[in-house]
Amino acid sequence: MSAVEEVVTEAPAVEAVPKRAMTLGLGTSLVVLAALVLAPLFVKNFIIFQMTMLLIYGLAVLALNILTGGSGQFSLGQSAFYAVGAYTSAILMEHVGMNYALTLPIAGLICFGFGFLFGQPALRLSGVYLALATFALATAMPQLLKLGFFEHWTGGVQGLVVTKPDAPFGLPMSQDMWLYYFTLVITIGIYIASVNLLRSRSGRAFMAIRDNEIAASAMGVDVALYKTLAFGVSAGITGVAGGLGAIAVQFVAPDGYTITLAISLFLGMVVGGVGWLPGSIVGSAFIIFVPNIAEGISKGLSGAVFGVLLFLVIFLVPHGARQVAIVAQQLIGKLKK
Amino acid sequence: MELFTNQVLAGIATGAIYACMALAVVMIYQAIDHLNFAQGEMAMFSTFISWQLMQWGIPYWWAFLATLIISFAGGILIERLLFKPLAKAPVLTNVAGFIALYGIINSFAGLIWDFTIKQYPTPFGSSPFLGSQLISTHQAGMIGVTVLLLILLFLFFQYTRIGLAMRAAAALPESARLVGINTSWMIALGWGMASAIGAIAGILIAPVVFLEPNMMLGVLLYGFAAAVLGGLTSPLGAVVGGFLVGIFENLAGTYIPGVGNELKLPIALALIITVLVFKPAGLLGRPIVKRV
Repeated sequence: MSAVEEVVTEAPAVEAVPKRAMTLGLGTSLVVLAALVLAPLFVKNFIIFQMTMLLIYGLAVLALNILTGGSGQFSLGQSAFYAVGAYTSAILMEHVGMNYALTLPIAGLICFGFGFLFGQPALRLSGVYLALATFALATAMPQLLKLGFFEHWTGGVQGLVVTKPDAPFGLPMSQDMWLYYFTLVITIGIYIASVNLLRSRSGRAFMAIRDNEIAASAMGVDVALYKTLAFGVSAGITGVAGGLGAIAVQFVAPDGYTITLAISLFLGMVVGGVGWLPGSIVGSAFIIFVPNIAEGISKGLSGAVFGVLLFLVIFLVPHGARQVAIVAQQLIGKLKK
Repeated sequence: MELFTNQVLAGIATGAIYACMALAVVMIYQAIDHLNFAQGEMAMFSTFISWQLMQWGIPYWWAFLATLIISFAGGILIERLLFKPLAKAPVLTNVAGFIALYGIINSFAGLIWDFTIKQYPTPFGSSPFLGSQLISTHQAGMIGVTVLLLILLFLFFQYTRIGLAMRAAAALPESARLVGINTSWMIALGWGMASAIGAIAGILIAPVVFLEPNMMLGVLLYGFAAAVLGGLTSPLGAVVGGFLVGIFENLAGTYIPGVGNELKLPIALALIITVLVFKPAGLLGRPIVKRV
C-alpha cells in the first residue's frame, strides 16, 4: 500500500481570489471613509469606544486575511501575536514611560520578528498541521504570560493597567474621540499599505504560493522566504492592533488573549470573505456585535449563535461579505438600467 | 531512582487519558484527512449524556452502552448533515466548520447541564492499585480499557471486510470506489467510530478531571500532541504517543526547574512543534510521499 498524494490535482487550501477582487472601488472607498470620519460626531462616548474596537479588530482580521487570503496559510494563533503586541505597548508605556504612539511601531516590529520566527517551523507544515500548531500556540500563550519569571514586567495574572492618552495640542475632543481618530488614521495607513503590498511583486509571490506552491517555486519564487514573510507581516499588523487594543481598553491581562480571541478573528475573516480586504471590517463588526446580541437572547448562548451563524455563512454564502457585496452591486446595476 | 520510577508510573496513568483521546483523533484523521477540533467537545457531550442517563437511574454499564450507541449515531448524523456537503470544500472551510461545531456543542452543554463541576462515578473504584500510591485502580482500569480498545481496533481493521474497506477508502478513494466500496459511507462510519471512541475517552477521563463543559480543552491539546508524536496515520502510534506524552509531562514537571502546573500547555505546544519540525510523520506513522 503506497501513500502517494496527487499534489497537482489537489484542491488548494484556500480558494483563489483574483487580485482586483481584493479591494473596493474608489467611489465606495470614499463613501465608507466619509462615514467612518463623520460618525463619531453624532454618537455617545461608549459607541465611539466600540467603533474604535471595531477598527482595531478590523486590523487584526485584515492581518489574518493577508496571511490566509494572500499566501494561503492558516493561523488559529493570531491571539498570541495580538497579546505580544498588547503587552509590548503596555510595558513600554507603564514601565519605560514611552509615548503611546511610539510604542506601536515597536510592538509591530517585535511581533514581525516573532511571527517571522514562528513562520520557520510553520514552513514545514501546511493545511491542518499548521492550523494545529497555531492552535497550540494560542492555547499556550496565556499561560506563558502568567509565568512567574516575567511577572515583574507583565504583572502576572493581574495584568497591567494602561493610562488612556488625552487629545494633544489642547484639541477640544474627548479621550475616546481622540483615540478613535488616532486609530482611524493608523487603520487607513495600514489598509493602503496592505493593498499596495498585495499588488506588488511580493503580493504576487504570496498569491502564486497560495494557488500552487510547486508552480510558484518553478517560476523562481523563494517559497520559504515569502511564506515566513507573510507570517511576519501578518503578525506585525496584528501586533499594532494589539497595542492599540491595550491603549483603548486601558488594561492587559493574560486571560484577555485566549484561544477564543483567535477563533473570533478567524471567524471574522470567514464572515468577511477570505481574501477580500474590505470584508475585514464587516467580519470585525460581526465578532463585536453578534456576541452582544446573543448574550441578550440568552446568557451562555453566544457560542451556539456563533456556530450556527458560521454554518449558515459556510453553506449559504461561502465567500462571506464579498459575495453579498457582489450580489448587491449586480442588483444596483440592474436598477440603474 | 525510586522518584523516577514513580514519576514514570504516574506518567503512564495520565498518559492513558491522552492515549484514549489520541486514538479518537487518529480515527477521524484516517477517515477524513482532517483534524477534528470539535472532537473533545463531542466526547464531553457524550459523557454528559451518560451522566444524565445515570441520573435517571440507569445502571453504569447500560448507560455506557447506550452512550456508545448514541455517540456512534450522533457522529454519523453530524457527518451526513454538516460535513458531507463540505467534502469537496477547501481545508479552510472545513476548519471553520469544526470550530463552529465546537462552539455549538460547548454552548449547548453549558445551557443544558450548566457550568458547575460534577462528580463522575468510576466502575473500577479509586483505591490504590496493587498497593501503589501513584496508580489508582481507576487509572489501571483506564490503561486496560485503552489497550483493549487498541487490540479491538487492530482486529477490526486487519480481519474484517468492512475494516479493509475503510482502510481502502482512506488510502486511495478513487480505486476503492472502482472496486465497489461506498467511500462516502465509510467516511460516515469513521465519524461514528471516532465519536464512540471519544465517548469512551470522555467517560474514562471524567472521574479524573471532573465533568464540566470545558473539561476537554487541555486534554484535546494533549491528545493532538500524542497523535502527532505517534504519527497521525497510526492508531498504535497514537496510544504509544499518549503514554509517552504523559511520562514526558510528569518527568518535565519533576526534573526541569520552573515547570509546574502552569507550564503544562506550553509543554504540549513545544512538543507538537518539535515533532512536526523534526519528524512530521511521527514515530510510527507512514511518511506521505508526494507525486508532482
